[in-house]
Amino acid sequence: MITEIDTKLLEKIADLTGKPTGALNIRKDSGCEARQSTEHIAITGKEDKPGIDIRIQSGTRGEKCYIPVIISKTGLSEMVYNDFYVGDDCDVEIVAGCGIHNAGCDESRHDGVHTFYIGKNSRVHYSEKHYGENAPEQTGKNVMNPKTVVYLGEGSVMQMDTVQIRGIDSTRRETCFVCEAGSEVVVTERLLTHGDQTAESEMEIRLNGAGARGRVISRSVAQDRSRQVFYPKMVGNSACFGHVQCDSIIMGEAKVQSIPAISANCTDAQLVHEAAIGKIAGDQLLKLETLGLTPEEAEETILNGFLA
Amino acid sequence: MLELKNISYRVGTPDGELEILKHIDLTIPDRELVVFTGPNGGGKTTLAKIIMGLVRPTEGQVLYHGEDVTELDITERARRGISYGFQQPPRFKGITVQTLLQLASGGEKLTKDRCCAYLTQVGLCANDYLDREVDTSLSGGEVKRIEIATVLARGSSLMIFDEPEAGIDLWSFARLTETFEQLHRRKEHTMIIISHQERIIRLADEIVVVSGGSITNRGSTEEIFPLILANTTGACPVIGRKERSE
Repeated sequence: MITEIDTKLLEKIADLTGKPTGALNIRKDSGCEARQSTEHIAITGKEDKPGIDIRIQSGTRGEKCYIPVIISKTGLSEMVYNDFYVGDDCDVEIVAGCGIHNAGCDESRHDGVHTFYIGKNSRVHYSEKHYGENAPEQTGKNVMNPKTVVYLGEGSVMQMDTVQIRGIDSTRRETCFVCEAGSEVVVTERLLTHGDQTAESEMEIRLNGAGARGRVISRSVAQDRSRQVFYPKMVGNSACFGHVQCDSIIMGEAKVQSIPAISANCTDAQLVHEAAIGKIAGDQLLKLETLGLTPEEAEETILNGFLA
Repeated sequence: MLELKNISYRVGTPDGELEILKHIDLTIPDRELVVFTGPNGGGKTTLAKIIMGLVRPTEGQVLYHGEDVTELDITERARRGISYGFQQPPRFKGITVQTLLQLASGGEKLTKDRCCAYLTQVGLCANDYLDREVDTSLSGGEVKRIEIATVLARGSSLMIFDEPEAGIDLWSFARLTETFEQLHRRKEHTMIIISHQERIIRLADEIVVVSGGSITNRGSTEEIFPLILANTTGACPVIGRKERSE
């Protein structure tokens, strides 16, 4: 049963309000709360392990698929495997995401492996938002460890937008793209940590085929005593173009490490990386204050813009 | 009306105390365009920042519309109708030009047409800029013009512009001068412009020359401008000697 708390979580992580049109799978507390396939997108449960298979027929265009996960039981720990088979010439949007409402003092944990097999000349927009919260007075930790592996076929494009909104005490993200000729991947990662949270993100983009392009734009904000570590890696194995950009705002007593790597195994590979860590610039705050914002509003505006 | 009473600003240095501003008294009537000019390091920007609250004076008072605002912070002064265009504006990753203009206007949602009008006034085309982030992808001149547009969008009763011409190309500068002229003609705002540019100086109702931390001269353009011209060469012994020998 979807409760009021669940409804709020679903809106937060997947912008879901009411029953959406399109394919749908809502996983709640390790069970299937709702499932809906369409003519072109089939969702089936796995027989051998927890998770689902999503099969998108070649030529499917303009369709959306929602697969959010919500956890409301404290102490629940799960490992889920979702496999996506996207045919040729598709243009689809996949909305994932995980929300935890921890109503107790035990750790709630969602680990997930998403593997994409994308055919030729397809476009996939994949978004994933993570959010955790505790019921009043409760202290159970919220943990999420997502792993995403993408095999991107010739001429295909994938845009992956990931956001860690707040409330995740510990996360270890692993992302790997294997890109064939003429394919393109754009990853935007937004991550906020606060309190004593920790976040680690390891990403590898292998540009294997000629003309493959990869772009990573990672922005994070580390507040209070939280810690973040980023390892984005772009590997050029062909005449390709790759760009990694990591920016972090550091606040309070937080610690951030950003270790981008570019690795060329072909003389025609063009790879660039940029990384910057710094606190909010004083002149940014002053400018917004001259527009009538309080120092607190100015800081919030800067952070919201940075993580938008 | 803006009144500065006995404004001084001193900073500590390893060699002792340095006086940046020395007992400045100045009154600026409403709806006037006043240009602060003078040599670099003379104290113009510090004086303007003291009006906005970006710098706190060591002594003296700032009164705006009769209210003593000396102890008010920047936000409060902004809400009372003072705005400031920075000489070197900051950039904001993730904040678009449209969002910044919206923040500046402070009120109802700005229509695209309204944003377009502000950007046109500084020589930018809204279609090219509204959705762009105010980050390092913009040139210094573009950021500067967006900065001026935010002051226009704010529409405050007192607008302060710190060297609006700095970093702006000739064509955009001509457009900007027209904008200041039109604003002044409408007589809706008081404007303080820190500038060294003749075209801006000539728009002024009053010129205030700030040099060595003091107001060394003030008056109408007709009175002061010839003195500035005379001083620019007279102050330089090399140029002065060369001209005298010719």
